[in-house]
Amino acid sequence: MIRRLVPAVLAVAALTAGCGSSDEAPPLDPDKLTIYSAQHKNLVDAWVKGFTDETGVQVQVRQGTDSSMGNQIVAEGSRSPADVFLTENSPAITVVQDADLLAPVDQTTLDQVDPAFRPSNGLWSGIAARSTVLVYNPSLVSEADLPASMMDLAQPEYAGKWGAAPAGADFQAIVAGMLEMKGEAATSAWLDGLKKNAKVYQNNIATMKAVNAGQVPMGIMYHYYWYRDQALTKDGSKNTKLHYFKNEDVGAFVSVSGGGVLKSSKHAADAQKFLAWITSPKGQAAIAASKSMEYAVGKDQPSDPALPPLASLEAPAIDPFTLDGPAVIELMTQAGII
Amino acid sequence: MTTTTPGRLAGPAPRRHPSPAGGALVLAAVLVTAVSVLPIVVVLVNALGQGWSEAVADVVRPRVWELLRNTVSLVVVSTSACAVLGVTCAWLVERTGLPGAGWWRVLLVAPLAVPAFVNAYAWVSLRPAMTGLGGAVLITTLSYYPLVFLPVSAALRGLDRSWEDTARSLGLGRWRTFARIVLPQLRPAVLGGCLLVALHLLAEFGVLAMLQFPTFTTAILDQYEAAFDTGTGSVLALVLVALCVAVLTIEHVWRGRRGHARIGAGVIRRPEPATLGRWLVPGVSALAVLVVLALGVPVYSLGHWLTTPGATVDGSALAAALGSTIGLALAAAAVTCVAAFPVALLLRQRQSAFTTSIERLCYLASSLPGVVVGLALVLLAIRWVTGLYQSATLLVIAYAILFLPRALVAIRTALAQAPGALLESARALGDSPARAVVRVVVPLALPGILAGLALVFMATTTELTATLLLAPTGTQTLATGFWAASSSLDYGAAAPYAVAMVLLSAPMTWLLLRQRTVIA
Repeated sequence: MIRRLVPAVLAVAALTAGCGSSDEAPPLDPDKLTIYSAQHKNLVDAWVKGFTDETGVQVQVRQGTDSSMGNQIVAEGSRSPADVFLTENSPAITVVQDADLLAPVDQTTLDQVDPAFRPSNGLWSGIAARSTVLVYNPSLVSEADLPASMMDLAQPEYAGKWGAAPAGADFQAIVAGMLEMKGEAATSAWLDGLKKNAKVYQNNIATMKAVNAGQVPMGIMYHYYWYRDQALTKDGSKNTKLHYFKNEDVGAFVSVSGGGVLKSSKHAADAQKFLAWITSPKGQAAIAASKSMEYAVGKDQPSDPALPPLASLEAPAIDPFTLDGPAVIELMTQAGII
Repeated sequence: MTTTTPGRLAGPAPRRHPSPAGGALVLAAVLVTAVSVLPIVVVLVNALGQGWSEAVADVVRPRVWELLRNTVSLVVVSTSACAVLGVTCAWLVERTGLPGAGWWRVLLVAPLAVPAFVNAYAWVSLRPAMTGLGGAVLITTLSYYPLVFLPVSAALRGLDRSWEDTARSLGLGRWRTFARIVLPQLRPAVLGGCLLVALHLLAEFGVLAMLQFPTFTTAILDQYEAAFDTGTGSVLALVLVALCVAVLTIEHVWRGRRGHARIGAGVIRRPEPATLGRWLVPGVSALAVLVVLALGVPVYSLGHWLTTPGATVDGSALAAALGSTIGLALAAAAVTCVAAFPVALLLRQRQSAFTTSIERLCYLASSLPGVVVGLALVLLAIRWVTGLYQSATLLVIAYAILFLPRALVAIRTALAQAPGALLESARALGDSPARAVVRVVVPLALPGILAGLALVFMATTTELTATLLLAPTGTQTLATGFWAASSSLDYGAAAPYAVAMVLLSAPMTWLLLRQRTVIA
């Protein structure tokens, strides 16, 4: 009996193994415009649909995360199948920019974007933005006792009082802003303070939920996790409030999501067209419509009405192409955080 | 010689058949071994590629000492706790008049069906404050003590009472008999179990990330997430490899060369079970507490989160994850068993320095944590074999490297059912070497091969670390789907993934109970 069954089992295993391997991401079609994206999937899907409906250009998306996709493009070099790269934060695209793999973005595209949210070198453009916030639990810390600056969180009185997800690309972008504003010595000292004071979480959502559950009074994260939770169930944020540092503080840092066209692109014209479309009024309106709760960066483009206006956040002025991701990794490694 | 085939008789004397360890077999075995060892080579090259002084600077920094302290204290404390729990439980179940011993045996092994990171989730979702070394020791001990319990109870069942009788008749008391006669015979089983526990602890990621207790494995993943492929991650991986080698060496040295053998044809005398007497109630209560903690808590917690209203379960995503998990696991099982076959055939040959090194290398490579194999294959694919990056093929190769010993142990046992004489007979009757293997060896070894397939299949369904690093974009397995939900503290959404993994793992527990050996 067993002997008869076995060949059948093996055959099924082999067949399913075949199916299993066809279940991986289909090989990229060289005739389609290829987007490497670390941005939120539903937002990118909305962009792709709008763009294809209007232009007829076929698009395929490879979804990933900031750090791995940026480095993947650098490793692939001029052989990269990517035509367009979209990130969540600037450091991932500056890695590609510094490897000299980006073609300049069309001036008409740049002209659509608020100059505060695109790099002055014109090698890529802002496509969306997110703000640093302090999420806090009012039952554990009163508004009056909140730190005036994010830099204060390194002080001994905040030991064990705050949480963050320092291994993530989001947090590294904030530290890259600090490095640009305050220099290496101050950043290094602040990271030492983080090592002593902060509770480390897996990601921003875990940080927010820990604050909500009263496990830690405060947390550093981006604004949109809170607004998305508020718009849905409020399960992870109902016991919390947001504090904006404003005042051009390090903690008021606004991180620019970047979009760029690869020098090696074989569909350069379509790639430029795609970037132009997502920064156009239609593309920027899709940000609010996708409920990703990120900020639009197109000139005079409104963001979701639930959000405080971007201009009211008093963010520090930082030219995003200067953000140095590798230097931040180096400092965080030295501080023993990662 | 009554053959009537004229050609045979007329021809020259038949050439001596080459042994089955012919060139092709050796080549295949060497190839499999080379692929297994590849991760170590890649990590080594990448770590030292940044320059010797950089690599040294990466090792000699406070963070590494912190990780070393955490990792070593976890391994020492949890492994000791598993040894004490495992031996005590095995003794209670096998050598005392414990009521319902058969049921206790099943209940004590059952926690193996709950992956450790699911167990951590079960506890942490109910008691969020349970972080740090204490929590990590509790969770890992509850998850891994069966790895000691299983081999020790098998060993206890195999002991011959006559040795103990002799010791007693020579004047040793009951406890000294246990210490001087029973314990030394259990040593290989205890050490083997502890070795498995220690290797699992070195590789553990999910539990420790959830409990915020950083070790080398979690730090390597942090480095990967933050910096992708810096040398620092590879240096940490090298230190982790060194720790694995240290653990293997310690086990090898402690095991020593002493053997215990029965010579003679007599039937083993089953020992009389010790009566528990006034220890009955405390003994049974202790076992009950253990079962409640190791099995009751995860079952309760999963039930709680499954039935919590408001849990948003995306049915189609769950089905897709289940589908790709089963597809990947079947592929991994098939590939691993095919890869293990030539190695197992080769190891059956007369022992030589060559076969011994093949064996050692295969086992060393696969005592590597999933994070090291995953990291090495990412580096390999992104630098040198670009077509493979983010392909299911690469992930299946990683599984094959990680789980080769499971298939190897099962297939070697199975091949013992097909003695070489039968193979030679088939060859003598005119079968080609390959045909002889397919016609004679494969059918006889089938049950064992199936066991090997099943073991690899089930190990794959709960693999988290290498899968996180290597899963093709857009592919989610049960383990990564669970991880995505639970690391965002979305406990309700994580529960169905956890239950699916437990259900897929349950048959392995049953297999292990039946086999009475540990191949985990």
